[in-house]
Amino acid sequence: MTGINLFQILNGLTFAALLFIVASGFTLIFGLLRIVNLAHGALYLIGGLAGYSVAEASGSAALGAVAAMALVALLGAVLERGLMRFVRGAELRQVLLTLGVAFILDDIALVIWGGDTFTVPVPAMLQGAMQIGGVFYPKFRIFVLALGVIVFAALWLLLNHTRLGALIRAGVDDPEMVEASGINIRRVFLGTFMLGCALAGLGGVIGGAFLTLYPTADAEILVFSLAVVIIGGRGSLVGAAVGALLVGLLNSIGRVMFPELAYFVIFGPMALLLAFRPLGLFGKTA
Amino acid sequence: MATPISQAAPSYEARTRPSHVVGWIALAAVALIALPLVLPSYQVSITTQILIFSVLAMSIDVLAGYGGRTTLGHGAIFGASTYVVIYWTAVLGGGIWTGVALGILCATLLAAVFALLAIRTSGVYFLLLTLALGMIVWGLCLRWTSVTGGENGLRGIGRPEFIADHISFYYAVLLVVAPVTWAMWRFVHSPFGLTLRGIRDSESRMRSLGYNVPLHLFIAFVASGFFAGIAGALYALFNNFVSPSTVQLSQSVAALLMAITGGVGTLLGSFVGATLIIALENVVSAFTARWPTVLGVTFVLIMIFAPEGVVGRVRILLSRRRKRQSSESLN
Repeated sequence: MTGINLFQILNGLTFAALLFIVASGFTLIFGLLRIVNLAHGALYLIGGLAGYSVAEASGSAALGAVAAMALVALLGAVLERGLMRFVRGAELRQVLLTLGVAFILDDIALVIWGGDTFTVPVPAMLQGAMQIGGVFYPKFRIFVLALGVIVFAALWLLLNHTRLGALIRAGVDDPEMVEASGINIRRVFLGTFMLGCALAGLGGVIGGAFLTLYPTADAEILVFSLAVVIIGGRGSLVGAAVGALLVGLLNSIGRVMFPELAYFVIFGPMALLLAFRPLGLFGKTA
Repeated sequence: MATPISQAAPSYEARTRPSHVVGWIALAAVALIALPLVLPSYQVSITTQILIFSVLAMSIDVLAGYGGRTTLGHGAIFGASTYVVIYWTAVLGGGIWTGVALGILCATLLAAVFALLAIRTSGVYFLLLTLALGMIVWGLCLRWTSVTGGENGLRGIGRPEFIADHISFYYAVLLVVAPVTWAMWRFVHSPFGLTLRGIRDSESRMRSLGYNVPLHLFIAFVASGFFAGIAGALYALFNNFVSPSTVQLSQSVAALLMAITGGVGTLLGSFVGATLIIALENVVSAFTARWPTVLGVTFVLIMIFAPEGVVGRVRILLSRRRKRQSSESLN
C-alpha cells in the first residue's frame, strides 16, 4: 500500500514540475507585462509537436527541445510585435486577441500534424526505471522533477539577482523612468514575452514525452495552468510553484480516488481559496 | 475597476425617439414571422439557430455590457442546460417539459456557483476565472463517461410531434425568444440595470453611494445564467444531441464574439452579431474545414479594428452626425 502511495506522490510531483514549467511562463508574462496570454496552451501544443518532429528527424530529443523553444519564442515575438501593439494598454482586448490567436494556432497544428496522438521520444540515457524508496520509478519523470527545480531556481535568480531582472521589475513599476534612463524597455518586455513563450515550448516537449500530445491537450494544459496561476496569484514565481505542487498532487490523488471526477478535485480547493483570497495565495492588487 | 472592451457606446435612450423604436420592432417582427414563407427549410433551420444563439449572446451582454464583467464561462452554463434536458429525456425517460425546466434550473444554479466564486474579481481576472470554471465543466463532461457518455455524447429523443418539423419549431423558438428578449431588455433598462451600469462605470462610486455592489453583480450573473439556460434548453430541442463540444471553450468564445460583433452594451446588437457569425460559419464551412482559423482571425480583426461592434459603431457615427447637425443648426 505504501508503495502505491509513494508512486502516486511521485506522479503528482513530476506532474507538478511540468505544470510549473508551463505556468511559470504564463505567470511571468501575466505578472510583469500585464498580458494574459491565452495562446499559451496552443504554444505548448505547437512546441511539443515541433519538438516531436525535430526529435524524430534528428534522433536527438535535446535538439527537439531546443528547436521547440526557439520556434515558440519566435511565434511569441511575432505575436508581441505584430499583433499586441495594436491593442496595447487595453487589457480585455489583449486577452481576447490572444484567444483568437490560440484558435488559429490550434487549427494550424491540426493541419500540419493531423488529429493523431504523438509521444516525444525519450533519450536513451533517461529510459528505464530506477529504484526510489522501494518503488521502481521511470528515470525520465525524475529528470522532469529535477528540471522543474532547475527552472525555478534559474528564473528566481534571473528576476532577483541579475541586471535584466532588475530592469524587468523596474519596467513594470515605471516604464517611463526606465526609458528615460536610456534603456529600450520595449526590447526588455519583448525578451520577457519570448522567454515566457519558450517555457511553454519546453513544457510541450516534456509533456509530450509523458502525457502525449493530441488536439485538445492545449486546452487541458491551459486550464491546469490557469488553476495554478489563480491559486498562486499572478506574477508570483513562488505562487506558481506552490500552486503547481497543490494542483499536481491533488490531480494525481484525485485520479486514483475518483477517476471520473479528477477535474473536480482541483476545482474544490480552488473554489475554497477564492472565497477567502480572490487574488490567490501570493497575489497582490495591481 | 471594471475595464470595458471598448468605450461605452452612446446609450439608446439618448438618441432614439420611441416611435422609431416601435416602428423598427414591428418591422423586425413582420420580417421574422414572414421568413419561413420565403426561405427554404435549411435556411429556416439556420435562422432558428441564429435566434437561439442570439439569446446566449444577449445573456453574455447583460453581464459584459451592463455589469462590465466579460465572461468566458457562459458556453458551459448554456451546455449544462443542454446536457440536463437530454439526460433527463433520453437516459432517465422523463418528460420533455420537465427536462426543459430542470435544464434551466440547473443552468441557473451553476451560474450561481460561478457567480459566488467570480463576483469579487473584475476585468481580466474575472475573465480567467469564468474561463477556468467553464473548462472544468468541459473536463467533467469529457471524463464523466458513465453519465455524459464522454466524447460520444448523448443523443436525445427528438422533439414532440407538434414542433417536429423545421418551420413549426422555428415559430415555437420565435415565440420563446421574443418574450425572453423583451425580459432582458426590461432587465437592463430597469433601475436595477441602471445601477449595474453605474457599477460598470465606477464601482467605488456606487459603493460609496450605498449600493451593495457584490449583490447586484450576483443577481445579474444569475439572471444572465438563467437566460443562457433558456438558450441551452432550446438548443437541446434544436440539436437533439449533446457532446463535450457543446460546453467547450469555443462555444463561449463564439457566443462572446457574437455579442462583441453586434456591440457590447447594445443588447439587441447580439442579433446582428449572431446573424453575421453564424452566416459566416455556414459560408466558410461550405468551402473549407478551417472554420476555427476563420473564427480566430475574425476575433483578432475585430479586437484590433472594431472592438465596439457593428451596432456600437453605427451608434457612434449617428451620435457624431447628430452633434454636427445640432452645432450647424446653432450657427
